[in-house]
Amino acid sequence: MYAIIAGGGKVGFFLARELIEQGQEVLIIEQNSERAEFIANELGNVVLRGNADEASTLAEAGAERADVVVAVTGDDEDNLVLLQVAKRRFGTRRTIARINDPRNENLFRLLGIDATVNATQVMLSVLEQEIPQANLVPLLRLRNTDIEVVEAIVDSKSRVTGIPLRDLDLPPESTVAVIIRNSSAFFPNGATVLEPGDEVIAFTRSVHEPRLRALFFTDR
Amino acid sequence: MLTHAGHEVTVMDLKSSAFGRLGPDFKGTTILGNGIDQEVLKRAGIERADAFVAATQGDNRNIMASQVAKHIFGVKRVVTRIYDPLRSDTFAALGLQAISPTIIGANSFYEELTGEPAPAVPV
Repeated sequence: MYAIIAGGGKVGFFLARELIEQGQEVLIIEQNSERAEFIANELGNVVLRGNADEASTLAEAGAERADVVVAVTGDDEDNLVLLQVAKRRFGTRRTIARINDPRNENLFRLLGIDATVNATQVMLSVLEQEIPQANLVPLLRLRNTDIEVVEAIVDSKSRVTGIPLRDLDLPPESTVAVIIRNSSAFFPNGATVLEPGDEVIAFTRSVHEPRLRALFFTDR
Repeated sequence: MLTHAGHEVTVMDLKSSAFGRLGPDFKGTTILGNGIDQEVLKRAGIERADAFVAATQGDNRNIMASQVAKHIFGVKRVVTRIYDPLRSDTFAALGLQAISPTIIGANSFYEELTGEPAPAVPV
């Protein structure tokens, strides 16, 4: 795989180091010459000094044959613009952006950026997984769909316990995919009966999420 | 020019000092804030705006602000200043109404120097 990483800050640097260790071909584009020199000293000849949002720099970096361009600068506008240039001008198949302001996620998706990573959102979802709560925890949304993967921890008062899954009043287009019980995961079938303490991983459409929540978290 | 022509205008800038240059007779509104921030744009009334112009010093900031105006808020007329001709070319292809002062300036110089219309040069 050939990956171009735009931005040689901490994220770009460590990302590049990992990829190099895995044997991938990597090029970091870094604007600041001191930083570029530092990276070259640490990682070898894998740095291009320049402005990644200039088409000429991307051309020099070989964007046309890159499998992926990753934009990890600290400025959302730079990440957004350079990935659009990579995609439209050089036909980069996969574009991945770091997003700094979570409110920009929509726009990136709308403009065709293939994947986004947003530290605030990641922190938040980890925190939500840490905090025990009587609620559905959104784990992820399948890209370009309205399908959500959610998690629920069943407690003893929940009305979903004690009856086989096939008799549960699940909302339409919702399915219980995996159950984690006593730290081991298994795929349930219609006869499986939920027990208190079970972690349930379910797929559902966003519109049905409230019904799923109501089913799992309404007390008997 | 727009206020003189009777249009309602709101100017946004990161620095309040920038508004000083509008002069005491400026009839429009001024909003302090970042033009790529959707909240700030809403405060400036973008939801009822007929047109949006992005003319900061930063090409990328202008492009992103324009794309927010166009794609998030559905503003009908969006005009973007893009200095870099290559970027201007790319985003014109993506549907932005881009004005590149660099190209306009170069064309004017060419015409003054040669007395002939500037040729279209592929970027």
